[in-house]
Amino acid sequence: MSAGVSPAIVAAGDAEPRLHECPGGPVLVRGAARVQGDDGSWHDTHRPVSAVCRCGASALRPWCDGTHKVLTQRGINPVD
Amino acid sequence: MLLPTPRGPLSERLVTALAHPPRSHVHLCRTAEHDATDDALTLWILHELHYRGFDDVDERWEWAPALSSMRQRLEQELESRLRADFETHLDQHGLTEVVHDEQAGSDGLVDLLHDLIESDDSPSLAQHLLREGTPERASEFLRQRSVYHLKEADPTAWVVPRLAGPAKAALMEIQFDEYGAGHRDRVHQDLFARGLAATGLSADYGHYLDEARLPILEQNNALSLFGLHRRLRGAALGHLAVFEATSSLPSRTLARALRRLDLPEELAAYYDEHVEADAVHEQLALRDVCETLVREESHLRADVVFGAWACLELEARTARDLLQRWDAA
Repeated sequence: MSAGVSPAIVAAGDAEPRLHECPGGPVLVRGAARVQGDDGSWHDTHRPVSAVCRCGASALRPWCDGTHKVLTQRGINPVD
Repeated sequence: MLLPTPRGPLSERLVTALAHPPRSHVHLCRTAEHDATDDALTLWILHELHYRGFDDVDERWEWAPALSSMRQRLEQELESRLRADFETHLDQHGLTEVVHDEQAGSDGLVDLLHDLIESDDSPSLAQHLLREGTPERASEFLRQRSVYHLKEADPTAWVVPRLAGPAKAALMEIQFDEYGAGHRDRVHQDLFARGLAATGLSADYGHYLDEARLPILEQNNALSLFGLHRRLRGAALGHLAVFEATSSLPSRTLARALRRLDLPEELAAYYDEHVEADAVHEQLALRDVCETLVREESHLRADVVFGAWACLELEARTARDLLQRWDAA
């Protein structure tokens, strides 16, 4: 996913999943059961909080793997 | 686990005393030329009485008054040494004022922690293992790491009842995930144990303590010190934040290094899990835990940075120690 675009999410329960964008990093998703990747495939999550990649460079997409920090070190805004 | 083998006169006296039922007095004095490893092992044993203890030690020793003054003395010495080095670091980098500025509260705290991480140029064990790792070095790395990984997240659990409100809720999101998020087969310390067993190493808690090197003992002692003292909750959480924030990328490197050495998939899977989990924990620990804590308790600002620095410094000492040993081999 790219910056500013919310990921498609299937909620884990009745409540709406809650999203929180981390500055220069992923979007944290609470209350999700599944998250859709760029290629349309769905990925299950069992975590209370999941970090969804916003820089597009993670090797674990849709999940964040910390690669945005490498981009930041190289002077690239990872979520621009 | 059983009591470890003593490494000097102080740990010898303690181990001898612990083999008997608790007494009101234990002769735990030191000679003038005491040894750092002997001291560190003694403190590790004293702390371990509060975790899972020892199969050959009476559990009533945990709160025995006869042990508290030596524990306090060893803790004070460790904390003073670390604080002195921390202040030197701040001074050398012109950070003393900004870190100790209580009025600033949580302003700029996350940036301070990021800057600390980015300015850390200490060697990386993960990179070394990827480039020059051998099965023997990987095995030694895992045995040294097992001292912490088999009790992973436990020292931070002590901090939970010392917090209230949003910082507590955020810390529990991390801890819940560390303990498997309700899945009995996903507890992180058990994932590591499974990896050790698949590699042919012992997965028994504390099994490799007799070969734990001084920086490993001190790394673990600092974590227990921060966790066991309410006064040091800021340091415990600063340590947690930097630990999590410096985990995802090295974990990915370690998973690659271990696969390159054809080590079992269970072991690499432990590190795979940490790439993904710690990318979440990092965000929670920096902002929702540390920033929130300092917003509520501004006097803890410098202690959060102290814990963060200690995490980097103690890992740097561990890395330098092992690399020196391997280079000399």
